[in-house]
Amino acid sequence: MADDGINSYMTGPDEQGRFGIHGGRFVSETLMPLILDLEARYEFAKTDPEFWAEMDDLWKHYVGRPSPLYYAERMTEHLGGAKIYLKRDELNHTGAHKINNVLGQIILARRMGKTRIIAETGAGQHGVATATVCAKFGLKCVVYMGAHDVERQAPNVFRMRLLGAEVVPVTSGRGTLKDAMNDALRDWVTNVRDTFYCIGTVAGPHPYPAMVRDFQSIIGKEVRWQLAEQEGEGRLPDTVIAAIGGGSNAMGLFYPFLDDPSVRIIGVEAGGKGVDDRMQHCASLTGGRPGVLHGNRTYLLQDEDGQILEGFSISAGLDYPGIGPEHAWLHDIGRAEYVSITDAEALEAFQLSCALEGIIPALEPSHALAHVVKIAPTLPKDHIIVMNMCGRGDKDIFTVAKHLGFDMKI
Amino acid sequence: MTRIDDSFARLRAEGKKAFVAYIMAGDPDLETSLAVMKGLPAAGVDVIELGMPFTDPMADGETIQLAGQRALEGGQTLEKTLAMARAFREGDQKTPIVMMGYYNPIYSRGVERFLADAREAGIDGLIVVDLPPEEDSELCLPAQAAGINFIRLATPTTDAKRLPTVLQNTSGFVYYVSITGITGAGAARPEDVAPEVARIKAATDLPVIVGFGITTPEAAQGIAGIADGCVVGSAIVKLIGEGRPAAEVLERVAALAAGAHAA
Repeated sequence: MADDGINSYMTGPDEQGRFGIHGGRFVSETLMPLILDLEARYEFAKTDPEFWAEMDDLWKHYVGRPSPLYYAERMTEHLGGAKIYLKRDELNHTGAHKINNVLGQIILARRMGKTRIIAETGAGQHGVATATVCAKFGLKCVVYMGAHDVERQAPNVFRMRLLGAEVVPVTSGRGTLKDAMNDALRDWVTNVRDTFYCIGTVAGPHPYPAMVRDFQSIIGKEVRWQLAEQEGEGRLPDTVIAAIGGGSNAMGLFYPFLDDPSVRIIGVEAGGKGVDDRMQHCASLTGGRPGVLHGNRTYLLQDEDGQILEGFSISAGLDYPGIGPEHAWLHDIGRAEYVSITDAEALEAFQLSCALEGIIPALEPSHALAHVVKIAPTLPKDHIIVMNMCGRGDKDIFTVAKHLGFDMKI
Repeated sequence: MTRIDDSFARLRAEGKKAFVAYIMAGDPDLETSLAVMKGLPAAGVDVIELGMPFTDPMADGETIQLAGQRALEGGQTLEKTLAMARAFREGDQKTPIVMMGYYNPIYSRGVERFLADAREAGIDGLIVVDLPPEEDSELCLPAQAAGINFIRLATPTTDAKRLPTVLQNTSGFVYYVSITGITGAGAARPEDVAPEVARIKAATDLPVIVGFGITTPEAAQGIAGIADGCVVGSAIVKLIGEGRPAAEVLERVAALAAGAHAA
């Protein structure tokens, strides 16, 4: 248990949806009744065995859970220090952790009688996961995606269309992920009666951050028993590491370990071209300050007037100027550490994973891996690191080819 | 009593409906928007809503989004918006000003500092879209304590069970959002809005003003007729966005105001 007067780090949020000063419900009145209804429905579902039976069945037969916990032997040898395990969430159906959460939200939406699902997406992974589950259940699906991302993530756009989703390129604002989220909120406020907003990360108004965390926590729960199976009963990881944009894969890995004081928790933000260069990163915790956006208070990249700044990263999935409120709180109280990794470091780790483990990682977990590369050599051989390999890299090969100067034209 | 309370008392005594006009501070530049603002009372505007530009206006349609972008690109800040209100107050002690926008720029400035500055600048009320009653301790209660009205939005989704919560800490007037949607979207029909307004008026003594989707003098008259007044925003902001001179914008405002006042 925690030793600083807090009995548990796992009881949040409070009734107001707060994690410390972060979180809350900063939405327009039109959405408020729906948010309260969603909270009540989720509170009920949370303890409803039928709900979890449906989730477990789909996780197992549709997503392919549990995802393996894989001992990365050559990577461990190469780095010459800590023992490295990779949680293989990139092997899930649709190629990332996103579907863990989408399934939960869509089952809930069906229970609420909603017939139309909307989502925002950056790199397209959450959009693809949402389009996938909507196709499976025969629900109408509309995905908002920044016009710039539509261009650079063409394969995922086509995937979503194949799956029957309508992809709306967002040109409002600067046409980025945060603008896609704005347009999704505008759609929601207009179609509030039949529409469910499937948020892709641990952000947004309460209860989304807690709900998405709970759905993603399957990652950390599996790691607990899988590691015990491979390393002996009771063996916990010494360090858990994950990449953070909004922070859902990280929250899913971290949450089940929050009350284990021996487990060091590290979140890795996208440092872009370096956190010193203003605007050339999207490390909200290292380079931002608390503010209110998209329904919650959290650390945001903003100017001195409280106007929101654009994030910058080689990875479209990390390209968001905020971070989930629970991470903001864990940062404030010091239970988790947050570091940043640059584009160049992530690219190197990407190639290392390909060469040593035969795993082409997405650029998001490549950031986490880059931090593993930094710290593993400094740690003893009996130190166990578990890193979340939260997505596969197929979607990123064009970006990486461009940066490595490889001509992809056939 | 704030200027807002005084204005509605006067209108009631005269048997007139209120006409509320929205403009975006600093759109397309500080000089033009101040010129428009100064002309609003003479054009028949009873209450001025002064928009505070924000990068991420989640409840606004394209017209107001673009206005905010123009203002920000022109260098508008909360500091300059407060200065604009102060400049307006030098020539007008009577017309209420309601600042309307989103919470982050206010939070970023610091609530106490913002309220002191707003009071000093002659601001009478606030409408902050992303602060529902559940977040009243953030700004609503401190604003009331500082003598500034906090005007709440009620919407078609605010059902009978929730209405008392929405009305509880509201002052000045109630802003009824006539549609589920964003600013500048589809028009509301008086016959649909009337029962909603009646429902709210049965629960409060505050004036009920209706906004969203009102674009013509006829519509202003129709909606004002079934409420205590109406708000026009996007239809005015659109003209400013088209680069029309202040005089032409004000001419249109006068026509809209005449519509509302004919109700």
